[in-house]
Amino acid sequence: MSNYSVLKGPEAFLPPAAACEGVILPDPGQGLITGSVAHEDLVMEEAARQFLSAKVPTIFPGPLVLWNWNETAAKKATAIKRLYDVLKAHNSSALHIPMPDYRPKYPKINPEIEINPNHPNLTIWHNKIDVCMFVGVHCHMANLSLKIIRGGTDCYTIAMCAQAGHEDAMLTFRDATPEKINKLADTVERVKASGNFAVNNGSA
Amino acid sequence: MDSKSLIGTFNKKGQKIVDSDYLFYEAPRERFFMTGSEVVREAIRRASVDVSISYPITPQSEAAAMVGDLWVEGYVGEYFRGENEFAVMSECAGASFGGARVFTTTSGPGTLRAYENFPMWVGSRLPIMLNMMVRGVNSPLSIQPDTLEIGLIIDTGMLIWHAESAQDFFDYLLKGFMVAEEPDVHLPIAICIDGFFVSHTKDDVYIPSADLSLPPYNPYRNPMPCMDMEVPPVRMMRDPFVMKSNYISYATQASWQQETRAACERSRKHTIRLLGGLIEEENTDAEILIISSGTAVAQGREAARLLSEEGIKIGIVKIKTIRPFPYEEVRQATKNAKIIFVPEFNVAGWMAREIKAAIPDNHRVIAGPHVAGGMTMPPEVIVEEIKKVLAQKKETLHV
Repeated sequence: MSNYSVLKGPEAFLPPAAACEGVILPDPGQGLITGSVAHEDLVMEEAARQFLSAKVPTIFPGPLVLWNWNETAAKKATAIKRLYDVLKAHNSSALHIPMPDYRPKYPKINPEIEINPNHPNLTIWHNKIDVCMFVGVHCHMANLSLKIIRGGTDCYTIAMCAQAGHEDAMLTFRDATPEKINKLADTVERVKASGNFAVNNGSA
Repeated sequence: MDSKSLIGTFNKKGQKIVDSDYLFYEAPRERFFMTGSEVVREAIRRASVDVSISYPITPQSEAAAMVGDLWVEGYVGEYFRGENEFAVMSECAGASFGGARVFTTTSGPGTLRAYENFPMWVGSRLPIMLNMMVRGVNSPLSIQPDTLEIGLIIDTGMLIWHAESAQDFFDYLLKGFMVAEEPDVHLPIAICIDGFFVSHTKDDVYIPSADLSLPPYNPYRNPMPCMDMEVPPVRMMRDPFVMKSNYISYATQASWQQETRAACERSRKHTIRLLGGLIEEENTDAEILIISSGTAVAQGREAARLLSEEGIKIGIVKIKTIRPFPYEEVRQATKNAKIIFVPEFNVAGWMAREIKAAIPDNHRVIAGPHVAGGMTMPPEVIVEEIKKVLAQKKETLHV
């Protein structure tokens, strides 16, 4: 059992990988909140609260859902668009910024239109993003980004992973499907309707 | 296509593709008496390997040639000989980048000639299986067993498992593919055996039917996209990240390395399930322990038996995985020990260093006995070492 908590940064000049601090990825039906295992329904509710209480909630869709390369990708993209619409209806500052590929952007990225895994902090700083969700990003690239974000920004990170999840995010889902993304959108709407979405975030 | 959807179907060789757990734990097994090289042939026959590339160096030559036979028989998709070991490992990378399940073998100086590729495989998250039949690497040249070679690859970032016996070897080869290819791991894996002692010695091995095969590798679960000159790591290797001197480049490079180490850590969960733990323990309530990996464990076990006849109780800890190293397991297993012997088939004593780094009060660790260069380690040598130390410390022990 790890004593390490995956909290909002800025954490360190070079923060550790959470897995090397003993954080273990969840089993099916579970997720992680700040590195601790929780039932997926609780993780849904916490993600909803984070989105609803954010000043600039943002979704970062990656190549696996941006390109129409199979039927599931298209369905996921539709579900992500719906989640974005739900967030936008609640908060007009919500953003939807793609990670279309992983090429380092030289000489300069345009942070208003894209995010890059090698220097994700530039897009987060520029847009003052305080809660973000990665979806459709290859796992290695997502972990790379999530750790850099934790190291240098105060952004709360959520990972909607199609594989085993991401311990370097503050909150992670695993085995993402279009249905799971739609369920998250439903949960955001439900928690919003309840009016109770205050969060208490620690920091590193 | 999802590999699991192929379970129950038949591959082009007519083998039934079965769930890996069924192959490992439920399928009936038959007893065979075979060498380690023959074990490679029978494991790879059941492993749905797409590509194997070889280069001859003793003692792995025979195993590599037998995999060539499998290609002739239709069990392996592609097989060819590389120009040298560096070329072999580079070609393996190309095949793995392209989405193939890849297997190769090497030994001793061949491992070192190929060395540059291993951290590259890791950074590129290529789940290549490398069978290392370890032997001497230094001058004067020796083709005989020596485990120094394992110590030299410890920090490449690869998963490293060390088999004690032919049975371990067969099981590790097949289970290694499953762990290495998990999307949260997705790293190369070195399955090591002690050259000649395991590769050329016949032993009992229980293996399932050759009519069964592992599910094929599913490259769509890769945590990295397929190779593309514009996409990292290739793009990074050819321009900005190695050429630029700025914080972003450094931070990305460092974070990238951390992620590969994290992937190795994640393999613990899968490995513990498939291997039944990262270590095996026998009588670890004893005050005297022998800890090692590979065939040094077998010799240690026999030494413990000899000492038990004299009323001296010895515990045994067998380390199965060198990377990830079973730090917590070793700490727990050694909590009662007053003296810990670490016999090794190399002069460097890398296993003793690992154990010293893992446990409190590491003055308890006796780094030895050591043999090298092809020497055997008779159990009597371990017994003699233990008795020598006990004679010095008998006032503090209850043996």
